[in-house]
Amino acid sequence: MIKQIDTTSENNSLDRVDGRVKVTGTATYSAEYSFANLVHAVLITSTIAKGHITQIDSKEAETISGVLAIVSHLNSPGVPGYGTAKQPPERAGMGTSFRVFYDSLIYFSGQPIAMVLAETLEQANYAASLVKVTYHIEKHQTNFEENLSKAYISPGVLRNKNSPFQDYIRGDRDALDKSKFKIEATYTIPTQHHQPMEPHAIIAVWEAADKLTVYDKNQGVKSAQGNLAQAFKIPRENVKVNAQFIGGAFGSGIRVWPHTVAAVLAAKMLNRPVKLVLGRELMFSSVGYRPYTVQKVSMGADSDGLLTAIVHEGIGQTSSYEEHLERTILASRVMYDCPNVSTKYRLLSLDANTPTWMRGPGDASGMFALECALDELAFDLKIDPLTMRLRNYANHDLERNLPWSAKGLKECYELGAEKFGWKNRSHEVRSMRKDGMLIGYGMASSLYGFHRHPSKARVVMLANGTVIVQSATMDIGPGTGTAMTSIAARVLGISPDKIRFELGDSSLPDAPGQNGSSTIPSVGAAVHVACEALKKKLTELGDAMPGSDTASYADILKFHKLPELEVTEESRSGPERDQYSMYSFGCHFVEVHVSLVTGETRVKRVVTCADVGKIINYKTARSQSIGGVVGGIGMALMEESVMDHRYGRYVTSDFASYHIPVHSDIPQIDVLYVDKADTLANPIGAKGLGEIAIVGVAAAVANAVFHATGKRIRSLPINVEKLI
Amino acid sequence: MKPFLYIRPKNLKEAIDAVSFHPQASFIAGGTNLLDLMKRGLAFPEKLVDINHLPLKKIEQKRGILRIGALALNSDVARHKLVNDQHPLLVQAINEGASGQLRNMATTGGNLLQQTRCPYFYDTAFPCNRRQPGSGCSAVNGINRHHAIFGVDEGDPDQSCIAVHSSDMSVALVALDAEIVIAGQNGERKVPLTGLYRAPGNRPNLSANLDKGELITAVEIPDSRYGKNVHYLKVRDRASYAFALVSAAVALDMRGNSISSASISLGGVAYMPWRLPTVEKFLTGQPANDALFKQAADMSVAGARPFKHNAYKVKLVRNVIYESLKTAAGIA
Repeated sequence: MIKQIDTTSENNSLDRVDGRVKVTGTATYSAEYSFANLVHAVLITSTIAKGHITQIDSKEAETISGVLAIVSHLNSPGVPGYGTAKQPPERAGMGTSFRVFYDSLIYFSGQPIAMVLAETLEQANYAASLVKVTYHIEKHQTNFEENLSKAYISPGVLRNKNSPFQDYIRGDRDALDKSKFKIEATYTIPTQHHQPMEPHAIIAVWEAADKLTVYDKNQGVKSAQGNLAQAFKIPRENVKVNAQFIGGAFGSGIRVWPHTVAAVLAAKMLNRPVKLVLGRELMFSSVGYRPYTVQKVSMGADSDGLLTAIVHEGIGQTSSYEEHLERTILASRVMYDCPNVSTKYRLLSLDANTPTWMRGPGDASGMFALECALDELAFDLKIDPLTMRLRNYANHDLERNLPWSAKGLKECYELGAEKFGWKNRSHEVRSMRKDGMLIGYGMASSLYGFHRHPSKARVVMLANGTVIVQSATMDIGPGTGTAMTSIAARVLGISPDKIRFELGDSSLPDAPGQNGSSTIPSVGAAVHVACEALKKKLTELGDAMPGSDTASYADILKFHKLPELEVTEESRSGPERDQYSMYSFGCHFVEVHVSLVTGETRVKRVVTCADVGKIINYKTARSQSIGGVVGGIGMALMEESVMDHRYGRYVTSDFASYHIPVHSDIPQIDVLYVDKADTLANPIGAKGLGEIAIVGVAAAVANAVFHATGKRIRSLPINVEKLI
Repeated sequence: MKPFLYIRPKNLKEAIDAVSFHPQASFIAGGTNLLDLMKRGLAFPEKLVDINHLPLKKIEQKRGILRIGALALNSDVARHKLVNDQHPLLVQAINEGASGQLRNMATTGGNLLQQTRCPYFYDTAFPCNRRQPGSGCSAVNGINRHHAIFGVDEGDPDQSCIAVHSSDMSVALVALDAEIVIAGQNGERKVPLTGLYRAPGNRPNLSANLDKGELITAVEIPDSRYGKNVHYLKVRDRASYAFALVSAAVALDMRGNSISSASISLGGVAYMPWRLPTVEKFLTGQPANDALFKQAADMSVAGARPFKHNAYKVKLVRNVIYESLKTAAGIA
């Protein structure tokens, strides 16, 4: 039942099907397609946070050799889907996506306001540096902490009584007051940016006046296709989006961002292919971020540690023109067996661009607060943190009052505690030392909802018995093609090397974007049912020929004179979603060493466990889990986008100032899975892994730091000055 | 990026002439900093004078003085037997800097001349005296977690700059009393490394005391008493590949348990590696012990001027001095 990943023998694991092309540099990423006649676009962005542009002086820039055009709201031919700008311009109402080069108004620092198009990148860059922009500056608000009183409940949420972000209360509203033991604490998560290694990039090519092809870094070719069709008012089927290889995204590629529209607009203006690659500094203002969040958690328990009340209130950052809602407070309703729970969720609009989903959106932030708070309460009660969690283990979903489809969290706890040696932990803080360092053990639970969307897969068997499987799904890094190949190989009973999986192309059968840990549950199920359908057809054809017992698939096709055999199937959830509550669960155990001298925290050991149903491919799953832990260590110890509020502008604008973990920050990470199919979830019994891998990691680190030092750091990142 | 010419001069003289007689020419060696500056619109040389092929790579010893050619790569210096045998402090400091890839490109001279990493300097949307004297220092009242606590001149707000020098190698070299050899139109001159750096307060855009066309050709480290009881301690936001929040290069000359002389230099706290002469003098002639080092640590922050976000550096300096003195003396 329980399997420890042994890196030396991953017998049931495929190597990445695209591993060789990636490591040999032959995989083609969005910016790497070559076109004759290619034009290079460089964005010019706002240096103020609020106000409007009074003048754009591009005279000198236009004289630079190779410059083809300088586009701004002054001369943009307009994006058809935006409609016409008002005169004088009016600030966009809440719920309006940002419209590039639309009018003179400035909504955030780093906003694209003009674009230089030139024959070479160097010419475009140089010309861009010569464009002078003058502004009328208005007073901006970017300081989250100073504007907490302006937090509001989203009107959209108020209108929709089914919104999960409505104020929530179950049980006794006075339970907290009546609790024998209680804690109350406020937790802060700073703005954090995805910063994948590959910057966002697009090459836009108009094949005809109403026919567009883009090579664009994104996480959903189908949604990008729809968005671009809408923006340029052309039929959806006339837009082809390619995104075969993605160098990481973590959520930054879920939406279509202004730079993508800008490049398409430029290509239309010049009727030439246009390439636009965001520089690293623009990756801080152009593609979203994990919102700044302040959460207050109050928790009550009896003397045995049984939870009597949880009150979880969260405020998340959004922009002045769009509401970004995420799951921040939702986990508190389902994670533990607590009868009395209330939650509130508020937004705070600031003069910054709109946040977006970043790995473990909402839950990575919310579970930091919940899992630290539980650790605080356990410490006060002198109860082991793991025991505390076991005592409050939820045997069903108390929010929806439904049974779990499957929950192997207890197995995760046991598995992780054993591997980690949790029993060697002493309860007292500052009680474990080695070589002048304080040692801390910490742990936290993890959960993430089950997301399964309607998905299609096409399976084609060729005359020689090889198989092509297609779906418009994505691979932003987890190894989608490898997992799908593995599923197809198992169903069809053929060698994986006879299967080719195709993705990242909007002309393939419908699939959701790669987000919300939905790919394996959705597309994996579609591939499974499509392969089963093909197998059934082949079996029927085989039964209708002599000697079928020994016939290969190729023999069957040959006998029936079929050049190929194709099926396309769709897979989607059924009534089970209303009958069961479905989540992935997990936990993390962390050992930190903290230097009292320098205040530095180093993570020395991590054991991460997950119950995500059946593991499709151990090797790529393990990479997912490791990546999530690495992201969680970054979130806990170093990631922070710092803004100078006098200017409403980030001072962290490169990798020297925005730190993500490097190799020497990352210790041995042991990955364990329960690996038991959740047969109620979908035909392959597999749930999502991408998000759960990071959810809870920061809490486990913070709890370990507390155990080491006795200092409760509730505001991330846990850096030197908070500990010396 | 502004278009530029690129030339490879035949010899040192040609190189020096090329920069001396062109108003906007710049030497380029490893380029690990200059290329970033050019890409972000902070440096716009019209001519790049590539010196990588000039014969300035040698590491040799003459009459007790260790001479490191200015083009010796950081990684080569840190691996060199002479350096390892005689100046382990320098090896430690170099290996704590940047990343393996960068150390394979960065040269000794270039490392000394690297620009600050103050984020306000790197983003032209912010005012910055170092970029444009008279525009104001954004860090003084801004985000100054990484900034200086020593050598701060607040006299003229149009000339002030509280950015720190970011080199690790230079911190060790300053502790080792290194000198630099500079070649220019008027031949060769030799100055203490500390003389290279300009205090802010007067034209902070000129970060080094070098005349137009002058080129550092070598670093010389005098015959050192500081071979054994040395320690370089660096505190940073992650385990590797981050600039120092605070670092300390500590070198003791010990006779038995007695300190005959001490040299201490701090990184990450000032516009240049910051020597602590008072503390050095205080330690001289004293027996090494915990109480002495505690006192020395307390003295080390005398005169510190912290800002809103960097007060932690005062405590950190104290801790780092105490710890590295103990380690260097072998009483940890």
